[in-house]
Amino acid sequence: MTSPDLVDSAAQAAASAERPGLLRQLSRNPSVVFGTVVLLVMVVLGLLAPALDTLDPAGIDPAWRNKRPGTEHTITLPSGQELEYVHRMGTDSLGRDLYSRVLYGARISLVVGLAVAVISIAVGLVIGLLAGYVRWLDGVAMRVMDGLMAIPGILLAIGLVSLWGAGLATVIIAIAVPEIPRVVRLVRSIVLSIREEPYVEAAISVGTPLVPILYRHVLPNTIAPLLVQGTYVCASAILVEAILSFLGVGIPPETPTWGNIMAEGRVLFQVFPHNILFPGVFLALTILAVNLLGDGLRDTLDPRMAKRF
Amino acid sequence: MADSVTTADGKADRPVLEIDDLTIRLPKGADREHAIENVSISVRKREIVCLVGESGSGKSVSAFSVMGLLPSRDMAPVGGAIRLEGENLLEVDEARLRELRGARMSMIFQEPMTALNPTMTCGAQIEEVLTTHTDYGPEERQRRILGILEQVHLPDPPRMAASYPHQLSGGQRQRIMIAMALVLEPVLLIADEPTTALDVTTQAQILKLIKEIQETHDTAVLFITHDFGVVADIADRVAVMQWGKVVEEGTAEEVLQRPSHPYTRMLIGAVPSFTPRQRPRDPAAMVVLATDGLSKIYTGGGFFQKARAVHAADSVSIEIRKGETLGIVGESGSGKSTVARCIARLIDPSDGHVYLDGDDIARASTARLRQLRRRVQIVFQDPYRSLNPRRTVGASIVEGPMNYGTGAAEAMARARELMTLVRLDPGALDRYPHQFSGGQRQRICIARALAMEPDLLIADEAVSALDVSVQAQVLDLLDDIRQRLDLAMLFITHDLRVAAQVCDTVAVMHRGKVVEYGTAGEVFGDPRHDYTRSLFAAAPGRGFAFGGVAA
Repeated sequence: MTSPDLVDSAAQAAASAERPGLLRQLSRNPSVVFGTVVLLVMVVLGLLAPALDTLDPAGIDPAWRNKRPGTEHTITLPSGQELEYVHRMGTDSLGRDLYSRVLYGARISLVVGLAVAVISIAVGLVIGLLAGYVRWLDGVAMRVMDGLMAIPGILLAIGLVSLWGAGLATVIIAIAVPEIPRVVRLVRSIVLSIREEPYVEAAISVGTPLVPILYRHVLPNTIAPLLVQGTYVCASAILVEAILSFLGVGIPPETPTWGNIMAEGRVLFQVFPHNILFPGVFLALTILAVNLLGDGLRDTLDPRMAKRF
Repeated sequence: MADSVTTADGKADRPVLEIDDLTIRLPKGADREHAIENVSISVRKREIVCLVGESGSGKSVSAFSVMGLLPSRDMAPVGGAIRLEGENLLEVDEARLRELRGARMSMIFQEPMTALNPTMTCGAQIEEVLTTHTDYGPEERQRRILGILEQVHLPDPPRMAASYPHQLSGGQRQRIMIAMALVLEPVLLIADEPTTALDVTTQAQILKLIKEIQETHDTAVLFITHDFGVVADIADRVAVMQWGKVVEEGTAEEVLQRPSHPYTRMLIGAVPSFTPRQRPRDPAAMVVLATDGLSKIYTGGGFFQKARAVHAADSVSIEIRKGETLGIVGESGSGKSTVARCIARLIDPSDGHVYLDGDDIARASTARLRQLRRRVQIVFQDPYRSLNPRRTVGASIVEGPMNYGTGAAEAMARARELMTLVRLDPGALDRYPHQFSGGQRQRICIARALAMEPDLLIADEAVSALDVSVQAQVLDLLDDIRQRLDLAMLFITHDLRVAAQVCDTVAVMHRGKVVEYGTAGEVFGDPRHDYTRSLFAAAPGRGFAFGGVAA
């Protein structure tokens, strides 16, 4: 017996060189930076909407309908105070200030996107882990998921909304449910490959029970792909919410959401395109930001994926 | 070299391949600056030159640079020349290189399954080579395909040409690869570990084929391998590489019999000897493990297919006493790993009994199994996958004891002791697996198994993935631990040399059955079963006495 070998310093140096800190790596990826900045701006706009010189987004002014962007006029606030106000983005067919509606609309869109991503991933993760690891559950769970996937998402949403009535919670659930099967499939496929890894077998042979095996050895492998999947779910949820609102089966029309605003402006689009243009630009920018963030995360968290393209 | 010497039979005596003072840079941040440094190797007509070295020695980089297959952005040649029949390959353009590849030089790879396109028939893949490089008509192409398939001794060439890669065995696939490489009669064949993924009996056949074909076609062969047994069987000349440099070069006889460089001596000295090491046995020692008629049947098929049953293990009866090592040897698919998994209860046996210290565990319930698990521990083959990359090695080692209620502090203290036992630095417990080399990881896996204080330690091909020098260290460690802790050990291996080194008793498995079972001295000294004999005959470097050279 000789003295213990030391871990060779070359391997160590190489190891520390290949992990320069995840945050620093992310901050060097332009897609991640752009996506994050745009999203942060949207969040700030939504949160600070009342302080950003906005009017009541539901306040109707029949005398000032369909004004073009930049129109200036004096309005009387409910308190009786008179105010010189510029409609930065014009007004809609009911005389509501578009600028205010677009900013308040950001709130709904972001809440819907985030809530749908969190719900579908949480539910999908649990079902996927169990389906992938517990053999007898696999067939049952996956066939249910196949069934769910066979129903067009928007139709399901329309059905649920007509059943429970329009509202934020209904819309969130209606969008989240069709997203679940995709998450389940992703998680299950990861679990199926990880469960064959020798380190999982090693954990079984040192007597680790099922739940700690899932938690310690399987779950960490799903985090990176789920984070990426989450951004895509989020983007599609924002879009679907807008579509539902546009079709008039989403959130009640007096609530400002980007979809609702566009639905409102659709009739007079040829004459007053600004009603669709402004919320459309905000929607497109947000979706672009979320998708870029997702792509950037995927490239950074899974370098193998990035090299393939 | 302009005035090439002409020999009596009129052949130019210039080497077919000359690698001249070649240096290849590695990307920044790698463990060394150059992948290979000032490497000079030449291969003549009708000559097999073996390039030997351990993983990371630069032997594959040298071969790939000849074919122009290096990832050009990361690895660029910064000096020297590669001359194929006098033409410097580093100076020609991509179009010329494409012309040469396949026609003048070709390559066969380690894993014939992944080197062949699974969506094309083998015949179509050979035909592709012909259509790319020649203007033969369809009949001529077909004639050549069948001709070359005949030459690589594939039975029924028309049927082989119409088969897809997955319909063939590993050996047949490698023959297809060789046929594809040689159909245009290149002057140079590069073989990158072509037999490493094959069983010994198949390996022996493929080596014979390469030698035979090389002689009939006058091909120059650059043969890359890590196995000195293969070198002894096939090489005319040998170049030994370490850390990107050629440390020794000479004829096979010189290098193998009278190695001059200390590294070569160490490598040759680390090749286990075929002569079993006889150890006195204690017949009174307690029987730790006995199996009786252990069987595992896999039933396939579903609703629409006819059910078929595969007897992965068929009535296996073995016995291991305290302080003893039983080796199960066999080729892939012989059922040796199935037996190990049944004993560790990672899979459930279909029939028979497994007695551990007298208790039958073959059908133990899940609850009882939890208590039994700690008494049997297993060390797996692949050290890169048997540790969770996201957990520190300390966490991996203490996981087992803590499952059974040992306190964290106590478990860590024990882990530190175990690290010393497996000859690693106890301070390295909070590092992650990627910071260790393969051999070090395998020691960590051994420490993890020992942390459970098992009665039986199963090593399932535990040294197969390691370089020969590291393998010798790990074998030495396992033997030391078995002695000190008086463990019973079940050693699964396909490598007869390794089995001869560590085992007291040996069971030879073939198609799920134990065909020969006895002490190592009996089995190696006087094999009775035909299969055992053919296995021994196929072992590379059989007639060559390794281990005689002191390290």
